[in-house]
Amino acid sequence: MTTKAILDDLREWTGPDLRIMEVCGTHTAAIMQSGLRSLLPTGITLISGPGCPVCITPAAYVDKAVELAMRPNYRLYAFGDMLKVKGTDKSLSDAKADGGHVRFVYSPLDLLGFAEKEPQFTHVFAAVGFETTAPIYGMLVKKAYEKGLPNLEILTALRTILPALELILESGDPIDAFLAPGHVSAIIGSAGYSDLAQRYQRPFSVAGFSPEHILYAIWQLAHAVRNGRHDVCNLYPGVVHQEGNLKALALLDDVFESGPSAWRGIGILPGSGLFLRNKYAAFDAGSHGLDADPPPNPACRCTDVILGRIHPTACPLFGTICTPGCAQGPCMVSAEGACGIWHRFRGE
Amino acid sequence: MCVAVPGKILHIEGDVATVDFQGNRVRVSLGLVDADIGDHVLVHAGCAIEVMRKEQADELNDLLAELEEMLAPERAALADREARS
Ligand code: SF4
Repeated sequence: MTTKAILDDLREWTGPDLRIMEVCGTHTAAIMQSGLRSLLPTGITLISGPGCPVCITPAAYVDKAVELAMRPNYRLYAFGDMLKVKGTDKSLSDAKADGGHVRFVYSPLDLLGFAEKEPQFTHVFAAVGFETTAPIYGMLVKKAYEKGLPNLEILTALRTILPALELILESGDPIDAFLAPGHVSAIIGSAGYSDLAQRYQRPFSVAGFSPEHILYAIWQLAHAVRNGRHDVCNLYPGVVHQEGNLKALALLDDVFESGPSAWRGIGILPGSGLFLRNKYAAFDAGSHGLDADPPPNPACRCTDVILGRIHPTACPLFGTICTPGCAQGPCMVSAEGACGIWHRFRGE
Repeated sequence: MCVAVPGKILHIEGDVATVDFQGNRVRVSLGLVDADIGDHVLVHAGCAIEVMRKEQADELNDLLAELEEMLAPERAALADREARS
């Protein structure tokens, strides 16, 4: 099947109207950047999904991170994406401006060196992320445990994607098929979606990030729906294995256990959070119960955006009051939030 | 946040590799994969999360380069605002 043949076939799409969700922000960005939406027939709509871990981190978590950063004997580290997200009142950038110790690092594993070099401080990583990043925090904690480091902690806001997809499937807003998140799938494997695919009778496709790959996946999903198939198709076999990354999965299981956790704008989802197991409790910076989440701006429609009910452009604040420079909601703050991506690429 | 970048392993010492990303050399943990010198790996937050085929690595690099180009003006504006505040 060539790209042209796929395009020709899709152009003549006479099947049912379809809503296909691209779950992760990297796909959303790739779709925007390639202008792929404009190549699809009117019957096929791509919906941006909940795949931005920064956007779904509750305000109470940011508040706790800010509080830790302000303690004189603490050093707080985070990925760049996290710095601008506001809690109830402040972001980590604000905390830094107020004299808090906040530092952006490239890898959580850097903290092993920092903790050894500066034993007088407690070094905390703001461990936000999905399955892609969670094993790396697992490795950090395991190494800290083996080295007996008493001054290294993580503040977790780790979420697993499947409970969120289940909520979307339960919420009654019809999504017919899913473009699975590519790099989450590298960890959980294409088999991770089989249960949802079977129970809700929806096809999933695991795909790479080139426009051709995404187009191929959309085409494959469209035909799967039309033919009543609901299997999981792995179109990214060069990277994603059916069973996932077994080493990473074993590490996750050793270090973390799942529990209920809050998603910003959505509420508490059972079994969607990863928390340190008892054995590693000494490395937890106080991650339980950080669920409170006052709405950033009452008019912000992030909840509907995250659940795929509306395109970001349907929010009345989009592009006017809410812009990346002056974000009113978390979906605009993060580089991978749907609103932020849509704004950047001015997509429709 | 889940963005992962492909690179090629140049050198391995214990469970740490030197990985080449389009000319930049970075130390990367190999704790989650079984990889050898010359392999392409998908790297996320300082850690290889999977070994990948070369074509897939090239494809992802092209996409990321295009995205990077597109984001450059905005990044610069943000950095500028940051510097002034
Ligand atoms: S455009 Fe801004 S205010 Fe509207 S939903 Fe997105 S983040 Fe919230």
